Amino acid sequence: MITDSLVLSAILFVVGTFGVLIRRNAIIMFLCIELQLNAVNLAFVAFSRMWGMDGQVFVFFVMTVAAAEAAVGLAIIISIFRHYETVDVSNFNVLKW
Amino acid sequence: MIDIVFYVLAAVAIGSSFGVVVAKNPVGSLLFAVTTLGSLAGVFVLLEAHFLAAIQIIVYAGAIMVLFLFVIMLLNLGHDAPGDLRGGVFALLSFAVIGSMAGLLARQLRGEGATESLTAGGQAIDLAMAEHGAVGAIAQPLYTTYVVPFEITGILLLVAIVGALALAKRHV
Repeated sequence: MITDSLVLSAILFVVGTFGVLIRRNAIIMFLCIELQLNAVNLAFVAFSRMWGMDGQVFVFFVMTVAAAEAAVGLAIIISIFRHYETVDVSNFNVLKW
Repeated sequence: MIDIVFYVLAAVAIGSSFGVVVAKNPVGSLLFAVTTLGSLAGVFVLLEAHFLAAIQIIVYAGAIMVLFLFVIMLLNLGHDAPGDLRGGVFALLSFAVIGSMAGLLARQLRGEGATESLTAGGQAIDLAMAEHGAVGAIAQPLYTTYVVPFEITGILLLVAIVGALALAKRHV
Protein backbone atom coordinates (compact mmCIF):
# COMPACT_ATOMS: atom_id res chain seq x y z
CA MET A 1 0.00 0.00 0.00
CA ILE A 2 2.82 2.46 0.88
CA THR A 3 4.77 1.65 -2.28
CA ASP A 4 1.62 1.88 -4.41
CA SER A 5 0.80 5.28 -2.89
CA LEU A 6 4.31 6.54 -3.64
CA VAL A 7 4.06 5.36 -7.25
CA LEU A 8 0.65 7.07 -7.55
CA SER A 9 2.24 10.21 -6.12
CA ALA A 10 5.04 10.08 -8.72
CA ILE A 11 2.51 9.66 -11.55
CA LEU A 12 0.39 12.60 -10.35
CA PHE A 13 3.50 14.77 -10.00
CA VAL A 14 4.56 13.97 -13.57
CA VAL A 15 1.10 14.76 -14.92
CA GLY A 16 1.09 18.05 -12.99
CA THR A 17 4.54 19.02 -14.28
CA PHE A 18 3.45 18.11 -17.80
CA GLY A 19 0.42 20.37 -17.43
CA VAL A 20 2.53 23.30 -16.23
CA LEU A 21 4.87 22.84 -19.19
CA ILE A 22 2.37 22.47 -22.02
CA ARG A 23 -0.57 24.72 -21.08
CA ARG A 24 -0.54 28.45 -21.72
CA ASN A 25 -3.66 29.36 -19.72
CA ALA A 26 -2.35 30.83 -16.45
CA ILE A 27 -5.26 29.52 -14.36
CA ILE A 28 -4.81 25.95 -15.59
CA MET A 29 -1.07 26.22 -14.92
CA PHE A 30 -2.01 27.14 -11.35
CA LEU A 31 -4.36 24.15 -11.14
CA CYS A 32 -1.54 21.88 -12.27
CA ILE A 33 0.73 23.33 -9.56
CA GLU A 34 -1.99 22.44 -7.04
CA LEU A 35 -1.94 18.92 -8.51
CA GLN A 36 1.81 18.73 -7.89
CA LEU A 37 1.35 19.91 -4.30
CA ASN A 38 -1.23 17.19 -3.79
CA ALA A 39 1.13 14.56 -5.16
CA VAL A 40 3.72 15.68 -2.61
CA ASN A 41 1.07 15.57 0.15
CA LEU A 42 0.27 11.99 -0.79
CA ALA A 43 3.97 11.08 -0.54
CA PHE A 44 4.12 12.72 2.90
CA VAL A 45 1.09 10.78 4.14
CA ALA A 46 2.45 7.51 2.74
CA PHE A 47 5.82 8.06 4.42
CA SER A 48 4.08 8.97 7.68
CA ARG A 49 3.00 5.31 7.84
CA MET A 50 6.72 4.51 8.11
CA TRP A 51 8.14 7.37 10.15
CA GLY A 52 5.34 8.64 12.40
CA MET A 53 2.93 11.56 12.72
CA ASP A 54 5.34 14.35 11.62
CA GLY A 55 4.55 13.76 7.96
CA GLN A 56 0.87 14.49 8.52
CA VAL A 57 1.73 17.72 10.35
CA PHE A 58 3.77 18.76 7.31
CA VAL A 59 0.81 18.04 5.03
CA PHE A 60 -1.21 20.42 7.20
CA PHE A 61 1.40 23.15 6.66
CA VAL A 62 1.59 22.46 2.92
CA MET A 63 -2.18 22.87 2.66
CA THR A 64 -2.01 26.23 4.47
CA VAL A 65 0.77 27.49 2.22
CA ALA A 66 -1.17 26.26 -0.83
CA ALA A 67 -4.21 28.27 0.28
CA ALA A 68 -2.07 31.41 0.71
CA GLU A 69 -0.37 30.81 -2.63
CA ALA A 70 -3.71 30.36 -4.41
CA ALA A 71 -5.09 33.60 -2.94
CA VAL A 72 -2.04 35.70 -3.93
CA GLY A 73 -1.59 33.97 -7.30
CA LEU A 74 -5.20 34.48 -8.32
CA ALA A 75 -4.97 38.14 -7.25
CA ILE A 76 -1.92 38.50 -9.53
CA ILE A 77 -3.85 36.83 -12.38
CA ILE A 78 -6.77 39.24 -11.86
CA SER A 79 -4.51 42.29 -11.97
CA ILE A 80 -2.69 40.94 -15.07
CA PHE A 81 -6.06 40.31 -16.75
CA ARG A 82 -7.08 43.89 -15.99
CA HIS A 83 -3.98 45.12 -17.79
CA TYR A 84 -3.75 42.78 -20.81
CA GLU A 85 -7.37 41.48 -21.14
CA THR A 86 -6.08 37.88 -21.36
CA VAL A 87 -4.66 35.11 -19.16
CA ASP A 88 -2.59 33.50 -21.93
CA VAL A 89 1.00 33.53 -20.66
CA SER A 90 2.50 33.73 -24.15
CA ASN A 91 1.38 37.39 -24.19
CA PHE A 92 3.35 38.26 -21.07
CA ASN A 93 6.91 38.55 -22.39
CA VAL A 94 8.26 41.72 -20.77
CA LEU A 95 10.78 39.77 -18.72
CA LYS A 96 11.69 37.44 -21.62
CA TRP A 97 14.99 38.01 -23.41
CA MET B 1 -10.84 -5.46 -0.46
CA ILE B 2 -8.84 -2.41 0.63
CA ASP B 3 -6.47 -2.98 -2.28
CA ILE B 4 -9.37 -2.96 -4.76
CA VAL B 5 -10.70 0.31 -3.30
CA PHE B 6 -7.19 1.78 -3.51
CA TYR B 7 -6.74 0.81 -7.15
CA VAL B 8 -10.15 2.22 -8.11
CA LEU B 9 -9.34 5.50 -6.35
CA ALA B 10 -5.89 5.62 -7.95
CA ALA B 11 -7.35 5.02 -11.41
CA VAL B 12 -9.90 7.81 -10.90
CA ALA B 13 -7.15 10.15 -9.64
CA ILE B 14 -4.82 9.47 -12.57
CA GLY B 15 -7.59 9.65 -15.16
CA SER B 16 -8.99 12.92 -13.89
CA SER B 17 -5.51 14.43 -13.50
CA PHE B 18 -5.03 13.82 -17.24
CA GLY B 19 -8.43 15.48 -17.65
CA VAL B 20 -7.11 18.57 -15.85
CA VAL B 21 -4.26 18.84 -18.33
CA VAL B 22 -6.15 18.19 -21.57
CA ALA B 23 -9.59 19.74 -20.89
CA LYS B 24 -10.12 22.72 -23.19
CA ASN B 25 -12.61 24.57 -21.01
CA PRO B 26 -11.15 25.90 -17.71
CA VAL B 27 -14.35 24.99 -15.83
CA GLY B 28 -14.09 21.39 -17.03
CA SER B 29 -10.45 21.33 -16.03
CA LEU B 30 -11.42 22.57 -12.57
CA LEU B 31 -14.11 19.92 -12.11
CA PHE B 32 -11.57 17.25 -13.06
CA ALA B 33 -9.27 18.71 -10.39
CA VAL B 34 -12.06 18.43 -7.79
CA THR B 35 -12.47 14.74 -8.75
CA THR B 36 -8.73 14.18 -8.34
CA LEU B 37 -8.71 15.84 -4.91
CA GLY B 38 -11.74 13.82 -3.81
CA SER B 39 -10.19 10.49 -4.75
CA LEU B 40 -6.94 11.52 -3.06
CA ALA B 41 -8.99 12.15 0.09
CA GLY B 42 -10.17 8.55 -0.23
CA VAL B 43 -6.55 7.40 -0.46
CA PHE B 44 -5.79 9.43 2.69
CA VAL B 45 -8.55 7.55 4.51
CA LEU B 46 -7.04 4.25 3.41
CA LEU B 47 -3.67 5.44 4.77
CA GLU B 48 -5.28 6.16 8.18
CA ALA B 49 -5.04 9.97 7.85
CA HIS B 50 -8.71 10.69 8.59
CA PHE B 51 -8.30 14.32 9.69
CA LEU B 52 -6.28 15.16 6.58
CA ALA B 53 -8.93 13.52 4.39
CA ALA B 54 -11.59 15.78 5.93
CA ILE B 55 -9.35 18.84 5.55
CA GLN B 56 -8.63 17.86 1.94
CA ILE B 57 -12.36 17.85 1.14
CA ILE B 58 -13.25 20.99 3.12
CA VAL B 59 -10.26 23.24 2.40
CA TYR B 60 -8.98 22.00 -0.96
CA ALA B 61 -12.02 20.76 -2.85
CA GLY B 62 -14.29 23.19 -1.02
CA ALA B 63 -12.51 26.49 -0.48
CA ILE B 64 -9.53 26.65 -2.85
CA MET B 65 -11.35 25.19 -5.85
CA VAL B 66 -14.29 27.55 -5.30
CA LEU B 67 -11.77 30.42 -5.28
CA PHE B 68 -10.48 29.23 -8.67
CA LEU B 69 -14.06 28.94 -9.93
CA PHE B 70 -14.79 32.49 -8.72
CA VAL B 71 -11.84 33.83 -10.69
CA ILE B 72 -12.76 31.88 -13.84
CA MET B 73 -16.34 33.18 -13.66
CA LEU B 74 -15.21 36.72 -12.75
CA LEU B 75 -12.85 36.91 -15.73
CA ASN B 76 -15.52 35.28 -17.93
CA LEU B 77 -13.19 32.53 -19.20
CA GLY B 78 -15.77 29.74 -19.02
CA HIS B 79 -16.78 29.74 -22.69
CA ASP B 80 -15.16 30.16 -26.12
CA ALA B 81 -11.91 28.83 -24.62
CA PRO B 82 -9.26 28.74 -27.37
CA GLY B 83 -6.93 25.75 -27.44
CA ASP B 84 -3.72 26.64 -25.65
CA LEU B 85 -1.54 23.53 -25.80
CA ARG B 86 2.09 24.15 -26.73
CA GLY B 87 3.66 22.54 -29.80
CA GLY B 88 4.01 18.77 -30.13
CA VAL B 89 7.80 18.29 -30.09
CA PHE B 90 8.25 20.36 -26.93
CA ALA B 91 5.41 18.52 -25.19
CA LEU B 92 6.70 15.07 -26.15
CA LEU B 93 10.25 15.95 -25.09
CA SER B 94 9.19 17.31 -21.70
CA PHE B 95 6.91 14.33 -21.07
CA ALA B 96 9.74 11.94 -21.99
CA VAL B 97 12.23 13.63 -19.66
CA ILE B 98 10.04 13.93 -16.56
CA GLY B 99 8.35 10.59 -17.24
CA SER B 100 11.68 8.76 -17.34
CA MET B 101 12.75 10.53 -14.13
CA ALA B 102 9.58 9.38 -12.37
CA GLY B 103 9.99 5.90 -13.84
CA LEU B 104 13.48 5.63 -12.34
CA LEU B 105 12.09 6.81 -9.00
CA ALA B 106 9.25 4.27 -9.10
CA ARG B 107 11.71 1.50 -9.96
CA GLN B 108 13.81 2.42 -6.93
CA LEU B 109 10.70 2.36 -4.74
CA ARG B 110 9.62 -1.01 -6.10
CA GLY B 111 13.01 -2.39 -5.08
CA GLU B 112 13.47 -4.74 -2.17
CA GLY B 113 13.27 -3.13 1.28
CA ALA B 114 12.65 0.42 0.05
CA THR B 115 9.36 0.62 1.95
CA GLU B 116 8.02 -1.49 4.80
CA SER B 117 4.39 -1.82 5.75
CA LEU B 118 4.63 -2.58 9.46
CA THR B 119 7.02 -0.12 11.09
CA ALA B 120 7.38 1.80 14.33
CA GLY B 121 5.94 4.95 12.72
CA GLY B 122 2.70 3.29 11.61
CA GLN B 123 2.27 1.62 14.97
CA ALA B 124 2.90 4.95 16.75
CA ILE B 125 0.18 6.59 14.64
CA ASP B 126 -2.28 3.79 15.39
CA LEU B 127 -1.50 4.07 19.10
CA ALA B 128 -1.90 7.87 19.12
CA MET B 129 -5.20 7.59 17.26
CA ALA B 130 -6.48 4.99 19.72
CA GLU B 131 -5.48 7.24 22.61
CA HIS B 132 -6.43 10.75 21.42
CA GLY B 133 -8.78 10.15 18.47
CA ALA B 134 -8.20 11.13 14.82
CA VAL B 135 -8.04 14.89 15.50
CA GLY B 136 -6.16 14.70 18.78
CA ALA B 137 -3.45 12.50 17.28
CA ILE B 138 -2.44 15.25 14.83
CA ALA B 139 -3.15 18.09 17.27
CA GLN B 140 -0.72 16.66 19.82
CA PRO B 141 2.49 17.27 17.77
CA LEU B 142 0.99 20.35 16.09
CA TYR B 143 0.57 22.24 19.38
CA THR B 144 3.71 20.96 21.13
CA THR B 145 6.65 20.22 18.81
CA TYR B 146 5.48 22.37 15.90
CA VAL B 147 3.83 25.24 17.77
CA VAL B 148 6.21 27.93 16.42
CA PRO B 149 5.74 26.95 12.73
CA PHE B 150 2.01 26.80 13.44
CA GLU B 151 1.98 30.41 14.69
CA ILE B 152 4.12 31.51 11.73
CA THR B 153 1.49 29.92 9.46
CA GLY B 154 -1.05 32.31 10.96
CA ILE B 155 1.17 35.28 10.09
CA LEU B 156 1.62 33.88 6.56
CA LEU B 157 -2.15 33.73 6.08
CA LEU B 158 -2.52 37.32 7.32
CA VAL B 159 0.18 38.50 4.88
CA ALA B 160 -1.52 36.56 2.07
CA ILE B 161 -4.88 38.22 2.79
CA VAL B 162 -3.35 41.71 2.81
CA GLY B 163 -1.28 40.94 -0.29
CA ALA B 164 -4.25 39.58 -2.23
CA LEU B 165 -6.33 42.65 -1.34
CA ALA B 166 -3.53 45.04 -2.33
CA LEU B 167 -2.95 43.23 -5.65
CA ALA B 168 -6.56 42.88 -6.70
CA LYS B 169 -7.63 46.40 -5.70
CA ARG B 170 -8.34 48.69 -8.60
CA HIS B 171 -6.20 51.70 -7.58
CA VAL B 172 -3.10 50.83 -5.62
